[in-house]
Amino acid sequence: MNSSLRPESQDGASRELRQRELVAALGQVLAREMILFREEDTAPFECDALTAYRTLPLVVVLPSTEAQVAAILRICHELSVPIVARGAGTGLSGGATPHELGVILSLAKFNKILNIDAAACTAVVQGGVRNLAISEAAAAYGLYYAPDPSSQIACTIGGNVAENSGGVHCLKYGLTLHNVLRVRGFMVDGEPVEFGSQSLDAAGLDLLSIIVGSEGMLAITTEVTVKLIPKPLLARCIMASFSDIESAGAAVASVIAHGIIPAGLEMMDRAMTAAVDAFVHADYDLEAAAILLCESDGTPEEVEEEIARMEQVLKAAGASRFEVSRDEAQRLKFWSGRKNAFPASGGISPDYMCMDSTIPRRCLAEMLRAIQQMEMKYNLRCVNVFHAGDGNLHPLILFDAEDADQMRRCELFGADILETSVRLGGTVTGEHGVGVEKLNSMCVQFSAAERTQFLGVKRAFDPRELLNPGKVIPTLQRCAEYGKMHVRRGLLPFPELPRF
Amino acid sequence: MDTQDPVLAHLVERVDSARAHQTPLDIRGGGTKLFYGGLPAGEPVDVTVLAGITSYEPTELVVTARAGTRLSDLESALEEHGQCLPFEPPRFAAGGTLGGMVAAGLSGPARASVGSVRDHVLGVTLLNGRAEVLTFGGQVAKNVAGYDVSRLMVGTLGILGIICEVSLKVLPVSTATATLRFDWDESRALEQLRTWAAQPLPINASAWQGGRLHLRLAGARAAVEAACKRLGGERVEPAQAKDWWTSVRDQSAAFFSLDDASMARGESVWRLSVPAISGALALPGEQFIEWNGALRWWKTGAEAALVRDAATRAGGHATLMRGADKSQGVFAPLNEVLMRVHQGLKQAFDPKRIFNPGRLYPGL
Repeated sequence: MNSSLRPESQDGASRELRQRELVAALGQVLAREMILFREEDTAPFECDALTAYRTLPLVVVLPSTEAQVAAILRICHELSVPIVARGAGTGLSGGATPHELGVILSLAKFNKILNIDAAACTAVVQGGVRNLAISEAAAAYGLYYAPDPSSQIACTIGGNVAENSGGVHCLKYGLTLHNVLRVRGFMVDGEPVEFGSQSLDAAGLDLLSIIVGSEGMLAITTEVTVKLIPKPLLARCIMASFSDIESAGAAVASVIAHGIIPAGLEMMDRAMTAAVDAFVHADYDLEAAAILLCESDGTPEEVEEEIARMEQVLKAAGASRFEVSRDEAQRLKFWSGRKNAFPASGGISPDYMCMDSTIPRRCLAEMLRAIQQMEMKYNLRCVNVFHAGDGNLHPLILFDAEDADQMRRCELFGADILETSVRLGGTVTGEHGVGVEKLNSMCVQFSAAERTQFLGVKRAFDPRELLNPGKVIPTLQRCAEYGKMHVRRGLLPFPELPRF
Repeated sequence: MDTQDPVLAHLVERVDSARAHQTPLDIRGGGTKLFYGGLPAGEPVDVTVLAGITSYEPTELVVTARAGTRLSDLESALEEHGQCLPFEPPRFAAGGTLGGMVAAGLSGPARASVGSVRDHVLGVTLLNGRAEVLTFGGQVAKNVAGYDVSRLMVGTLGILGIICEVSLKVLPVSTATATLRFDWDESRALEQLRTWAAQPLPINASAWQGGRLHLRLAGARAAVEAACKRLGGERVEPAQAKDWWTSVRDQSAAFFSLDDASMARGESVWRLSVPAISGALALPGEQFIEWNGALRWWKTGAEAALVRDAATRAGGHATLMRGADKSQGVFAPLNEVLMRVHQGLKQAFDPKRIFNPGRLYPGL
């Protein structure tokens, strides 16, 4: 699919020639075992967690030192070879999808925690360190790293920086950007560079804020200084049931309107709780049209006070059933269902496509109703799990990839959700990134002038566009074609689909 | 943002003409921060005409307003709904605007605990040097569509374009606050702040000067009361505390002004942003410490090079906040790689180099 993403296929011979040239050049600076180019060795790198997009890279390199990274970059720059950085490959939008004629620069060996400074509440870690490993290492000091994307046991901090990852607790504790002080790495030509500093700001333009979330297109990250924060003394979670979607959506808005910023505020619809219940028994109310998980953390005094206020607000908003976690075991049980939402969806359908748009909180109920209509329109089921507190939706569209027509309808369903999100004042991606997956949607959200400005930003860092080319910023031509497709969709309204 | 708006359309025309004639423009809001950064140059462009709150939905914790909106108007609107700009941007004087706040990128006393201006920007509509009106980011907190250009605008001092409209994340005002006072010398204060920072305490702001530490707690009532009991010190009466923190936030406290005598002595006020755990910095003059030790203001007659060196050795950077002599630059010099990126970004946003020339760095 999406063959337009891929560069013009070179004939096999010239590709092989290019590969040989590159392997020889890299062999000058890297040990043989750090260079992979045979198909059986590069195949594991052909995709990230967006498995629908696969491309064999020309070469995969696995450096272990910064000097090697610099040398690789210099060689690629010299030979005009595209470079795609890769952490754990858990990204959901194809940010690490290889370039057919490019190098995959794996940072897997940059897996050392260099320093935990408990007094400064910071950790200096290499880019390939796993997100959860930071909190595990900091736990001895009563500290942790706050952003907790659901893939945190596997995903790397370098990948988090590339995607500006969030997680269930970012409503209160912020995104990656808010928890990173400094990124050290290399420019495309191999020059070392640092963005941000060990202080709370740095001189000049705030380049750190553009590096975070740049999906590996501006620089290569080898080392990150993150903020650590004191572990809350206590956390308790409320599970509240609602008999209709509207009141659940209104309850979310009401919590915030009352000046409460929960540590987490999540919503699942009935289809999702049913799927989850079959997968792990989280004691969810399966009768409810939607349930909310609302967490408070802090000192015991704070939590007690906040839980009481949350209880009042949620009950006033019409919660039909209400339970506060008695202890840590029960709190984790409440969360176990939420955290297993994706695998549980895999259990009830051969495939699912996870969407990631964000909408203003007040539109939650409207969005859910629109999705229900789309289920009928595209004749596919959709289960819903939301980071409701910050309006970030993860509708999971269930389909069978073996069935080409389901696949096609699923793509249209997804595009419809994203466009509806933009229309409601939201964005096509809240935390998963654009990668290759949402290139078309970028045409909807941004004007040609805005997309050209993005390209200008890229060229300020990477004038020859060698770092992760073809991601995030769709070409003008691509958007023109996508625009035409829309018109077609208008003229030929899929006669095979049910109409209402 | 409505590009048909006649006020905006007029600004677009103005930029288009400046671009065609390569006329430098001096972007003006309330003019409350003219002392900050390189000397303004070019034809003044008044952005205060672009005023007014576009949308404010308290349940979304988001406010969108046009850049010329007065900060005081914005903060009053938030206050009506029990919300605030938690990063406490300094106002310096009456009349400052939202656009100026973003362009200067300065945050106040609570910055170390709640984050900076940058952290709260969700979206920006920008008029770039090609006279294009572009919107980046949006009105939702989680948004990773494209590069985060809206946050890049914070602290640009206008060199990349005219900020036309801004969406900000806002927060509810804390249920309870309390201010404690301790008579401690610098090293004791720094040491205590460091210890507290690693503990789950509701510390919202800290300020040390002349042997006295002020500590502001904010959060749930129970948490603030518990912390007051635990930390000790002398509790400052609420109205007095409020005035005192305002004088820190707006830099109206005597420390921050340069009177004739200090000017005659060749003194300047420097802003040293350093890692909070840095030990005492050895510079001549007077000091004012904020942000749990991460921000150290110095009123000193020391040479620029000496001040910069002290900041660099601590792992930070120094900015000339107030002073007559800007010949050694206002902001810490950048290395070659970073300067190349700065020049590339200037080229990308403002190819004819019309906006606020020299305000951030000479040549940008």
